[in-house]
Amino acid sequence: MKGEPKELKLIVNGKPYELKVKSKALLSDVLRKDLKLTGTKRGCLESTCGVCTVILDGKAVRSCSILALQANGHEVTTIEGLAKGGKLHPVQEAFVNHGAIECGFCIPGRVMVAKALLDENPNPTREEVRLAMQGVLCADVGYVKQIEAVEIAAEKMRGGE
Amino acid sequence: MKEFEYFAPRTVEEALSLLSQYKEEAKIMAGGQSMLVLMRQGLVAPEYVIDIKGISVLDYIEYGEEKGLRIGALTTHRDIEKSHAIQKHFKVLSEMERNLATIQTRNWGTIGGNLCYGHPTGDPAPVLIVLNAKLKLAGLGQERIVEMEKFTKDILEVDLRPDEMLIEIQIPTPKPHTGTAHDKLMIMQGDTGIVGAAVSITVSPGNGVCEDVRIALTGAASVPLRAKEAEKRLIGKMINDALLEEAGQIASEGADPPSDVHGSAEYRKEMIKVFVKRVGRMALERAKQR
Repeated sequence: MKGEPKELKLIVNGKPYELKVKSKALLSDVLRKDLKLTGTKRGCLESTCGVCTVILDGKAVRSCSILALQANGHEVTTIEGLAKGGKLHPVQEAFVNHGAIECGFCIPGRVMVAKALLDENPNPTREEVRLAMQGVLCADVGYVKQIEAVEIAAEKMRGGE
Repeated sequence: MKEFEYFAPRTVEEALSLLSQYKEEAKIMAGGQSMLVLMRQGLVAPEYVIDIKGISVLDYIEYGEEKGLRIGALTTHRDIEKSHAIQKHFKVLSEMERNLATIQTRNWGTIGGNLCYGHPTGDPAPVLIVLNAKLKLAGLGQERIVEMEKFTKDILEVDLRPDEMLIEIQIPTPKPHTGTAHDKLMIMQGDTGIVGAAVSITVSPGNGVCEDVRIALTGAASVPLRAKEAEKRLIGKMINDALLEEAGQIASEGADPPSDVHGSAEYRKEMIKVFVKRVGRMALERAKQR
């Protein structure tokens, strides 16, 4: 029946969920409203700003541009899933320590893009970092410190200091 | 957004039987990123959404010298960009995909979704047109092949019957001494192109004369525009910058671009000249190297 909620199985930040959602529910809506994971932001709703970015099966995607049901059976990582045992992920740590955060609204999306990039490519060139980070728009802090923060995190994740 | 009934078939047959059951009331969703924007705006309001993204048999890239390149309709932009076979034999496709959109959009979006969306700024269409690509469409118990060049009918309109879906993109191996290139005018890398051009040039190995050329433009009309008059100016000639400039002029005269927030029609016409020349030069250099 139209409009009737459908079953959705998701693994979010390693935890399995079984939910009932409306067909038209966006992945970002389900994360924020049903699972109360509000770290993922809701921005333009038209695939432009990137603040809703999460990692789906290892790849950065825009959760406002995907129906929740399209993620059925898949694995999602949100910003809440990065810190382990009270310790920030190296990308988060680098953003904080390097002063790459101002208002913070775009930061969850930005950190997710950076994490997906570094998981796939542990030693990216500046150009590669710049291109990946273009997928999230920032209105205030500017981009240079964020790009540098990703490079600092990359070095740390590779085991260097 | 209006409520709809959602289906996630796992096979092509299942998807086709849903389509033949619901026809005009149904819409196929691949990645869905462009479609959801239209649905939110109320421009598309299907009763039934058939999400085919989970049909994994349509996610493939195959290459053979004889048969050329075959891309399953549900292959993501990012997989096309990163494919070694494509980087080696169809570099222009990989380059086009890299500039198509941001990385998140490329990770989720599919080549088939992009083509069936039928937007005149879509980058794959002009590149596939100059590569002489064909599309395999399927309905229940039937298949047909259409040329990419004839597939887009108008803004957001393509040659798909209500009970058909796109299955595969077929690209022949280009003739020897062929060079192909694509570029577009964008504010930031990964933005939608304001105008774009794809050019394929085949030169004679002996004297360097242009034997064949195909030019296709985006942002130049309501559909990806093949610039046939401009091509005629180049065939049988030794191509140089002056000739490419003339071809750009002819292509620009034949274009009927829109005026919108991204650029006026006059500006687009100017930029078509620039991009036909720029991309033509790249294609020519590549043709000479092969």
